[in-house]
Amino acid sequence: MTHPFVHLHSVSLTYAGAEGGSGTLALDGCTMGVGRGEFVAVVGPSGCGKSSLMKLVTGLVPPSRGSIEVANAEVTGPLKIVGMAFQNPTLLPWRTTLQNVMLPLEIVEPHRSRLNRDKAAYVERAKALLATVGLAGFEEKPPYQLSGGMQQRASLCRSLIHEPDLLMLDEPFGALDAFTREELWGVLQEVWMERRFTCILVTHDLREAVYLADRVLVMSNRPGRIVSEHTVSLPRPRTLETTFSKEFVEITHRLRDEISRVRKGLDPVAAAPEQAA
Amino acid sequence: MSWRSLSRTRRIELAMPWLVTIGMLVVWEVGVIAFKVPSFILPGPVEVWQALVRFNGPIWQHAGHTLFTTVLGFAFAVVFGVLLGVAIGSSRLVYNGLYPVLIGFNSVPKVAVVPVLVVWFGIGTVPAVITAFMISFFPIVVNVATGLATVEPELSDVLRSLGARRRDILLKVGLPRAMPYLFASLKVAITLAFVGSVISETVASNEGIGYLMIQASSRFQIPLVFAGLVVIAVLGIVMYVLFALVERRFTGWAMRGTQSATVTTGS
Ligand SMILES: Nc1ncnc2c1ncn2[C@@H]1O[C@H](COP(=O)(O)OP(=O)(O)OP(=O)(O)O)[C@@H](O)[C@H]1O
Ligand SMILES: [Mg+2]
Repeated sequence: MTHPFVHLHSVSLTYAGAEGGSGTLALDGCTMGVGRGEFVAVVGPSGCGKSSLMKLVTGLVPPSRGSIEVANAEVTGPLKIVGMAFQNPTLLPWRTTLQNVMLPLEIVEPHRSRLNRDKAAYVERAKALLATVGLAGFEEKPPYQLSGGMQQRASLCRSLIHEPDLLMLDEPFGALDAFTREELWGVLQEVWMERRFTCILVTHDLREAVYLADRVLVMSNRPGRIVSEHTVSLPRPRTLETTFSKEFVEITHRLRDEISRVRKGLDPVAAAPEQAA
Repeated sequence: MSWRSLSRTRRIELAMPWLVTIGMLVVWEVGVIAFKVPSFILPGPVEVWQALVRFNGPIWQHAGHTLFTTVLGFAFAVVFGVLLGVAIGSSRLVYNGLYPVLIGFNSVPKVAVVPVLVVWFGIGTVPAVITAFMISFFPIVVNVATGLATVEPELSDVLRSLGARRRDILLKVGLPRAMPYLFASLKVAITLAFVGSVISETVASNEGIGYLMIQASSRFQIPLVFAGLVVIAVLGIVMYVLFALVERRFTGWAMRGTQSATVTTGS
């Protein structure tokens, strides 16, 4: 791999505490790299700083220490090339679902200046995208009339509509049933194989991580840092059949073991004798 | 939606304001008759109504003038209130600088300012417009600023993550989010504006309902004074309902729950 597209160099993040109280150290010495066009999944125990990691990479939060580079430029403020789906759907309540999905088009160039002229084409595009996640017919509904899982899917569409170079997904399928979730893995993989953007996916579902990613990164307990990584070399397109293959099951098993050790504050892999002392 | 298709409780709910009003009028009239209250102290509703009918020409004319004054002052209040509210709500610096000044400004009794206005602008419409403006301006500023300052960081993060500029964030998140606050304040502000213009008219004008009432009371035409009060109340209610309807129309998304934001101020 040449210079990585996304590069974190011993990044630490401290959230300021309430007045007088000491802050929360969310990330400490986190180093990772993601190549252009790579699909990386990040797994780790709850509260270890995964959402914080996402906000750091997109420039929403500045690091306390260390540096972050995206596309060979140091991140100093919010980036313009990202699509991001937050852990909560965060749809704007005064807009319809369709208007919510089209929001990035009103902000990001070159769509911004073309939106008025090519309105009809863009609306078609948004509707088609909504249809692929099973939301056809809900375009004109306000978000509060959608279920939590439907809102998440709409938010996923919003992160994709402007065809970003870097897609950041924070547990995008967390509120979905197993069947819809597996269906959407297929949809996301298809979109990614078609456009080959760089993608960072945070998830609690190890099967999801292995199904979708080229590489799975494991984070430690808070303060979070990357403690191990696994390359998934299963051929694409992966299908539900793949999830029953020997290699797939092996990787998910190993990840499960590691995370259960990490949660107890141990090293991800059983320590060698000289480290145990 | 026809009257018949409504449920019983809903019908009672809708009839309630009318029942209460009629009940109050009945109690008033009966009380006045029973205790033989002279009409130059407290006229009964029937007498007030007669005054309304008898003087309906001048009342219309003066009411029209008061309405004009009020709406003009209110319109200025909306324009400046929104502008200042946006400035205060989106910048900590402006907030820190202006908020104490505004509080002080709002604490001044507006009646005390009217004589000064008369010195500057003479007797008539201008002081009334300015008083209406001053009194209705504050709730608008405070509400718009509150709406902007309490935008959920998650919502502005959505825009920031797209690389949006400050102006975009204000237009796409801040202002829509502040709308329910604005409309809630408009309902309060329009009724306050009436208070302002009438106060000024009673002190320094030769037109308007306030002037009419002062004239009537100096001639001991107490029923006419009360007729003036009724007219102001009705104007206030009509404007309130108007803005409540506009509010429902434009901020339906915020009205589905119970949340409704109002910061009210006295006069
Ligand atoms: N805005 C904030 N202010 C203060 N502390 C915060 C803030 N956001 C997160 N934290 C703290 O930082 C730590 C990491 O939070 P983060 O949301 O990144 O975890 P996470 O890995 O995404 O967890 P989960 O898997 O449950 O979503 C937590 O201990 C949390 O208490
Ligand atoms: Mg999280």
